[in-house]
Amino acid sequence: MTLEDTRTLRFFNRGPSGGARLVFFALLSLLLLFVDARYQYLESTRRVIAVIIYPFQKLTALPGEMISGVSSYFSLQNNLIAENAQLHLQHDADSAQLQKEQTLLAENAQLRALLELKQRATYTMQAAQIVYLERDLFKRKLFVDKGAQANVQPGQAVVDNIGVVGQVTRVYPWLSEVTLVTDKDNAVPIQVVRNGLRAVVFGSGNISELELRYQPVSADIEVGDELVTSGMDGTYPPSLPVAKVIKVERDPAYPFSHIICVPLAGVDRHRTLLIVSSVPPLTERPMAEDDNKDSQHASKNAKRSKP
Amino acid sequence: MRYDLVRDREFLLPAGRGFIALSFVAAVLLEWLPWQGWALALRPDFVGLMLLYWCTHKPHRVGIGIAWMLGIFVDVADASLFGQHALAYSVLAFGGLTLNRRVQMFNLREQSLHVLGLLMLSYTVYAIVHWQVRGYVAWEYFLGVATSALMWSPLTLLLQALRRPRRDPNEL
Repeated sequence: MTLEDTRTLRFFNRGPSGGARLVFFALLSLLLLFVDARYQYLESTRRVIAVIIYPFQKLTALPGEMISGVSSYFSLQNNLIAENAQLHLQHDADSAQLQKEQTLLAENAQLRALLELKQRATYTMQAAQIVYLERDLFKRKLFVDKGAQANVQPGQAVVDNIGVVGQVTRVYPWLSEVTLVTDKDNAVPIQVVRNGLRAVVFGSGNISELELRYQPVSADIEVGDELVTSGMDGTYPPSLPVAKVIKVERDPAYPFSHIICVPLAGVDRHRTLLIVSSVPPLTERPMAEDDNKDSQHASKNAKRSKP
Repeated sequence: MRYDLVRDREFLLPAGRGFIALSFVAAVLLEWLPWQGWALALRPDFVGLMLLYWCTHKPHRVGIGIAWMLGIFVDVADASLFGQHALAYSVLAFGGLTLNRRVQMFNLREQSLHVLGLLMLSYTVYAIVHWQVRGYVAWEYFLGVATSALMWSPLTLLLQALRRPRRDPNEL
C-alpha cells in the first residue's frame, strides 16, 4: 500500500475517533427526531433552511417546466382549435349549470332564512401551482408555490376542480406543504350524499385508496356512494366531493365493516390546485368535552325546532 | 501487479474543496428532480452515493459531520422529520470511513457489493425511524438500494475522469 500523499502527515491530532463521532451525531439526530416528532419547536429552523434551499428547489423544477413549455410551443394549431372549441362547449354547458345553481342557491338561502338557520358560509380560493410531488415513498405530500407571502396558513383545505386534495400542513415563505387525503391516517370528516350519514374517512398511505373506518356492520353504506365533506371540523368547507365507495366488506366476526373508497380529486392529473381560504371559524365549542358531535347535532336540532 | 499500482493511484487523485462541494450540489439537485411513482421507488440515492464515494476516497476531507449536515438539508427539502436522513447518512458515512481501506482493495464490481451492503444499512435505519414514528414501512422503498449500487461504477468512473488532471496541450 502506498501512503496517501495528498495531505500532510498527521499522527495524533485527528480529533475524536469515527465511532465517537458516530455516537455523537446519532444522538444529536435522535434528539432532533424526538423533539420534532413530539413538539413543534423546530419550525422556525426549518423555515430558515427552507429559504436557503429554495433556489435549488426552483432549479430542479426547471427541466419539467422547460419540457412543458417546449411542448406547448410546438403544439399544432389544429389541436388548439379543437381544444378551444371543446372548451367553449364545456363553458356553455357549465354556465347553463351555473344558472341553475344560482337559482337553487337563492332558493336555498330563502328557505334557510325561513327556517332561521345560519346562512351557508362563502369562501374564497386562490390558485397555486404544484412545484413538485412527494419525493418520499412513505409520505403523500406535495409542495405548491404559494406560501406565507400569499397569506396561506396551515390547516387550509386544498381542492382541485373535482374535489378535496388535502390540507396545507406547513407554510414556508414562498412554498407550502400539502398533505394529501391519502396520507396515512389523515382524517377528513365526511357525509354520505345519499342518506346524509356522517363519518370520517382515513388515508391508507396508498395513493388510490381511502378507508371508511369505525362503521358498524349495519351502517347504510353501499358501493357507489359518494362522500362529501360535512364541514363539521371548520377546516374543510361543507359539501366538497371527497371520495366514492368502491368496496364494502361486511364480516359479522368483526364489529366494523371494511369499507374502501377511491379519492375523486386527481392529484396526478393537474398542475394547478386551489387553496381554500377564509373559511369562517366555527363558534366556540361548548364546555362539555365528551361526545361533542352529538351535542352539536342536538343544538342544531334545538335551533331547528325553536320557531 | 502493475495494474494494482495504477489503480491505487486513482485514490491519490487530487480533489479540491470546491469540487467536493460542487459534486454534492449536483447530487442534491439530481435527487430533487420531480421523480414520481415507480421512478421514485427506483431512484438511486444520489446524495448517499456521493457521500460514500468521498468517504471512501477522501476520508480526511468528508466525514460524519458533513454527512449529518447534508442529511439535515435533505430532511427539510423532503419534509421528513428533522434528523431522519441525518441519522441514516451518519451511519452511511461511518460505514464508508470504516471500510475505506478495504474498499480500495477491490475492483469496481466488488466495490458495488460493499456499497450495496452499506446502503442497505442506511436505508434500514431510515425505514426503522419511520416505522417507529408512523408505524408502517413501504417495502418498495428498498428497491432504491439495488439501483444505487448499480450506479456506483458509472459514478466512480465519471468522478475519477473529472478529477484526473488535464494534460497541458502545449506540453511536449
